Amino acid sequence: MAAPADSGCWFPALALGVSFLKCLFINAYHSTDFEVHRNWLAITHSLPVSRWYYENTSDWTLDYPPLFAWFEFGLSHVAQHFDRNMLQVENLNYASPSTVLFQRLSVIFTDVVFIYAVRECCRCVQVRKGSRDVLSRPSFVLAVLLLWNFGLLILDHIHFQYNGFLFGFLLLSVAKHLQSQHLQGALLFAILFNLKHIYLYVAPAYGIYLLRSYCFTQDNKDGSVRWTSFSPLRLLALGGIVVSVCALSFGPFVAMGQLPQVLSRLFPFKRGLCHAYWAPNVWALYNVLDKGLAVLGVRLKLLEEAELPRASMTGGLVQEFQHSVLPSVSPSVTLVCTLLSILPAVVSIWWRPRGARGFLRCLLLCALGSFMFGWHVHEKAILIAILPLSILAVESREDAGIFLVLTTTGHYSLFPLIFTPAELPIKVSLMLMFTIFSFTALRKLHSGQRSLLRPVEVAYLLGLVAVAIACEVVFPLSPWQQRLPFLPLLATSVYCSVGVSYSFLRLYGSLLRCEDKPKQL
Amino acid sequence: MFGDYEAQRHWQEVTYNLPLQEWYFNTTDNDLNYWGLDYPPLTAYHSWICAYIAKIINPDWVELHKSRGYESPTHKLFMRTTVLVADLLVYIPAVVLYCLYLTDGSSKKKVSTLLCFLLYPGLILIDYGHFQYNGVSLGFALWGILALGLGWDVSGSMAFSLALNYKQMELYHALPFFCYLLGKCIKVGLMGRGLFLLVRIAATVLATFALCWLPFLSDPSQALQVVRRIFPVARGLFEDKVANTWCSLNTLIKIRSILSGDSQLYLSLACTLLAVLPSSFRLLTKPTFWHFKLALANSSLAFFLFSYQVHEKSILLAALPACLLLNDLPLVAIWFLQASTFSMLPLFLKDGLLVPYAVTSLAFLFLSIYLLSALDHCSEDELRLGAYNKLFFCLPRMDLARIVRWKFYISVAVMAGLSIVSVALVPPPHLPDLFPVMLSMAAFLHFFGTFVYFHVVQFSGPPSRKSQKKNN
Repeated sequence: MAAPADSGCWFPALALGVSFLKCLFINAYHSTDFEVHRNWLAITHSLPVSRWYYENTSDWTLDYPPLFAWFEFGLSHVAQHFDRNMLQVENLNYASPSTVLFQRLSVIFTDVVFIYAVRECCRCVQVRKGSRDVLSRPSFVLAVLLLWNFGLLILDHIHFQYNGFLFGFLLLSVAKHLQSQHLQGALLFAILFNLKHIYLYVAPAYGIYLLRSYCFTQDNKDGSVRWTSFSPLRLLALGGIVVSVCALSFGPFVAMGQLPQVLSRLFPFKRGLCHAYWAPNVWALYNVLDKGLAVLGVRLKLLEEAELPRASMTGGLVQEFQHSVLPSVSPSVTLVCTLLSILPAVVSIWWRPRGARGFLRCLLLCALGSFMFGWHVHEKAILIAILPLSILAVESREDAGIFLVLTTTGHYSLFPLIFTPAELPIKVSLMLMFTIFSFTALRKLHSGQRSLLRPVEVAYLLGLVAVAIACEVVFPLSPWQQRLPFLPLLATSVYCSVGVSYSFLRLYGSLLRCEDKPKQL
Repeated sequence: MFGDYEAQRHWQEVTYNLPLQEWYFNTTDNDLNYWGLDYPPLTAYHSWICAYIAKIINPDWVELHKSRGYESPTHKLFMRTTVLVADLLVYIPAVVLYCLYLTDGSSKKKVSTLLCFLLYPGLILIDYGHFQYNGVSLGFALWGILALGLGWDVSGSMAFSLALNYKQMELYHALPFFCYLLGKCIKVGLMGRGLFLLVRIAATVLATFALCWLPFLSDPSQALQVVRRIFPVARGLFEDKVANTWCSLNTLIKIRSILSGDSQLYLSLACTLLAVLPSSFRLLTKPTFWHFKLALANSSLAFFLFSYQVHEKSILLAALPACLLLNDLPLVAIWFLQASTFSMLPLFLKDGLLVPYAVTSLAFLFLSIYLLSALDHCSEDELRLGAYNKLFFCLPRMDLARIVRWKFYISVAVMAGLSIVSVALVPPPHLPDLFPVMLSMAAFLHFFGTFVYFHVVQFSGPPSRKSQKKNN
């Protein structure tokens, strides 16, 4: 039999295989994010700490929290052995072969955090009895879905970012909570949001879960909170961990009195409601509705065309703009909408905590809710929902169905990020491989009478294929290419927002309907 | 990149714009010195089809004379897509069917074999990196082998004729096909069914050739010119550094300067015949599929090692039979396939393919050894090395499995070391070709060793009862 003799060997083989694949992308297209990180290497290496958040020679100013700046500082010490010139702040858009090699290798190497986190998550997944075949074990399927995740591969290793490193912390923190090691989980999360503050979106889930299930050590028989079992020691421990990590990260800047400047860099609200390419969320649908009504209004002579603001929502620059028919949306409105959308989830884990898996579901809903209603959301943020959902998908049948819809839609919405002709075969074949694997593996894992997907979902996904062919193949060869260049982006955003909204509602349904026994900690 | 990429693009230009009669002739419109057509007609027809599609997408790509040296990202994508489409239509289905129907073992073993077969770095790098259409000719040959394995001799001979008409280098495989089919006819009985089969095969082959050459048969000078283009005998014994006997011998004795052009030709002809005849004769007497696979490997290796004007890419013709043996002799097959990729390293370096070479070689080695458990199946019986013990009966009995494993590790270390040294170090000024020469000598030793090994296996007696079911 050619099956591997050692049953534990498949994980290193998977990790090594995907690392080899990542090496092949070293010379592929990279986006402006490459220059962003090169600039940050230069800033942290060449300038004193006091100048880090004031430096603006380049447009790509430092807008991640200080712990990430320290991380870049550490990397820059290795970078100097590859090519010293990349560390000059004035060398804008410097991309020598050694620079490219170093940056790409740094992403591949820091992915070791992600690989370790995936290993921990695989250990948390329930082992199915009687499955001796490696390929049909939940842990194997989870490992492939996470390690070979299409979105992560093209975002990190083609588009260029450090998402693997960051998601490693998130998944490791989730794994620690699943293993009931809450202090470690809290520590990892504190480190995470000091590396990239976008993860503050899921902080409510952490906060309420830890407060309710960790600080209150016991529950009443019916599952409600027993106020007397509050443990101030645990609360103090958690608070201490978070505060000390933040102090480590922000401390030097608070000492220099630079906190307002740092915060203004971290939270730039001058940018518009939507990114240049609309993330597939509620505001994309809102924009389209607005545009549609405007066009309709002009056609029906209800509005004057001259009165409409010259909106350039679909232009390449991120400026503020006004809606023409529907009321304009401000940052505070989006904040309120986001909070309202995650409120039921958060209340639900306070009211009837369902253990660590309920927390995971709440985390997903916080991530998706903030994706749906947030201000200036990047389409890349869909990964914050897709990766943790993989853990639930290999365990529960309903979650597997939601996962298939959300993942396929979310991954397809990343297509416009990689627009060069040479990368077209790569993204199409990787997407096909991942999608086919996820469908067949999950179907085999949850074999039963009914199929995983409902007919309307199957129809939607087939429609996605049609949209893909239209946007990637038909449109560039058609005459509308010159007149309406944004049309494929628009179509992709709108079609995907339908899918993402649907998954959001279904996830909510599964959280609110789930009637597990409350667990003790 | 003015290499094979431009050659293929130029052939599309020539075949689309010029009438068929001028394709192989030196005319004012068709300068044969600038990448003239030197493959048989099927390649020309394939180029014509690609040119037709290219013209629809962007006529600038195949504009006569004006499109010389044309390079753009979309054109590059188009050309690479033509290779992929050709592979998807011809090579990959053949590999899949071969692995599913003609390898034995559980379905997981078959899929593992399939993955390793497709992952062979040499073909991927040459076809997609250097740019060629080897997948088509190797695919047709594989269809022929597949058909012969399933017992469909007539279809198999037709497929192989197509392969021959695509690239004349497939002649390396021609002798085993001929001997196997002839041997089979003789075994069935030369009076009666055997003769009938022979006649049918011959008729199929002739018909296929006639069909492919039909447009050129109207005028005998046409056909002769094509033959002249595809078999140029004006070149020397070898060109550049290639891992065969003559190049390696040349480092010790300067053959090229000692012997005249004609005697070089006769010497290589004689040595090739000597090398090829034993295995072909064995196949003639024992026409089984197992012997056929081994004879393919032996014949192509013999031609590679001893023939006239061999290019380093011709090792792909020996790699195909080695891939067929992945299931039966995993360790040696993987070893040889890695050595063949390694032998083409100077070519890859010239094309800037160092990273893909390193990654695909490492991935191939790790994954194939892991999936096929090659290092576990090293016993004397599994390696069919019983004959070695008979030959060296005077020497003390040694643990053959451990020796073979250590030889493998050392060999891989040597190949890795030479690869790194070729890239990282600068050769001394009085020996500018030091690294390519060392590389080709190392590869030559590997190829010669494999050549001897496959001969031993083909000539050793029937295997033990355990692996009896492997033969058919």
